[in-house]
Amino acid sequence: MSSDDLGTVATLHDPVRRAVYEYVISLGREAGRNEVAEAVGVQRTLAAFHLDKLAEAGLLESGFKRLTDRTGPGSGRPAKVYRRARGEWQVSVPARDYRTLALVLAEVVDLLGGDEVAQEAARRVGAGLVAEGEDLGRALSERGYEPYEAEDGLRLRNCPFHVLSMEHPLLVCSVNLALCRGLLEGLGNDSATARLDPRPGECCVVFSKNNEN
Amino acid sequence: MHLAQLNVAHMRAPVDSPELADFVAALDPLNRLAEDAPGFVWRLKGGEGPQDVVEHGYGDHLLINFSVWESRDNLWDYVYRSAHLGLLQRRREWFLRVAEPYSVMWWIPEGHVPSLKEGMGRLEALRAQGPTPEAFTFKQFYDSSEAAWRPAAAEARK
Repeated sequence: MSSDDLGTVATLHDPVRRAVYEYVISLGREAGRNEVAEAVGVQRTLAAFHLDKLAEAGLLESGFKRLTDRTGPGSGRPAKVYRRARGEWQVSVPARDYRTLALVLAEVVDLLGGDEVAQEAARRVGAGLVAEGEDLGRALSERGYEPYEAEDGLRLRNCPFHVLSMEHPLLVCSVNLALCRGLLEGLGNDSATARLDPRPGECCVVFSKNNEN
Repeated sequence: MHLAQLNVAHMRAPVDSPELADFVAALDPLNRLAEDAPGFVWRLKGGEGPQDVVEHGYGDHLLINFSVWESRDNLWDYVYRSAHLGLLQRRREWFLRVAEPYSVMWWIPEGHVPSLKEGMGRLEALRAQGPTPEAFTFKQFYDSSEAAWRPAAAEARK
């Protein structure tokens, strides 16, 4: 843990600011000041203050964008918009570093060509992480996947294994899929199926609803 | 600058064998996915047929993929963040595991159409010297500003 990370994370201490942050990341797209103010239930100036503080801390990125379809004279100037920044910040007290260990172990699996064994292990671990009957969306939220309802099922906005997935994408995405299938087993949920459908900037897994027949 | 990428795969059986049938069937949709992907610039085609593979003199059962992209992110999103990933995960069914590097990237000026000889030369360089600005990988990547692309040297290899 670096002291910078602690400082950055600490900017989320204020409850309003945290609500602002959580609303922006829940959208998965750029958010304007007005909609944030409305969603969080504060004045526009206060929402703008917190949004800019979050951008200053590096947790959000800001830019300018036209929020209406109108262009040309009279369409007004582009609005300031915000979205989640790419970086990640970790705070652990006392200091813990599971990431480096995970990178080492991923390297080992790669060298040994042990993908299939890793997937079997992930499935077992996944099944053991949850209790039978628990809600899938909730189980996923608790593990940081940020699930949201999409047309084709439950999609996941965040990859909890992002750093590793950049280093070992094939291994991590297949292990993640196995983990998600294990979660379904552990929940005793047979109304959904986990499958791979990677998209830029999201988790590679989607949960489709099974036909009820 | 554009990013050129070449990779080779050692097929477990001839391309027209039943063992490779699933892979060959996936080629056309995969190529179309690539061509429609953001940042796709060019790929070396084996012929006009949708399942034609690149013919070459670099050994039997060697499948060669060769393409050019606008950026690292564009290539990454196609390789790992599209339906291409599912095919990659089945690679052991169709291709042998090889210990030496089988994929190489390098920067080229926009508009330059790289030759297969140039690409195979980059792969050789990666295998001989490890990653350098002239021949590198996703894991050890070099930005285009660091790439020392020398037109004279590339000319000489043709």
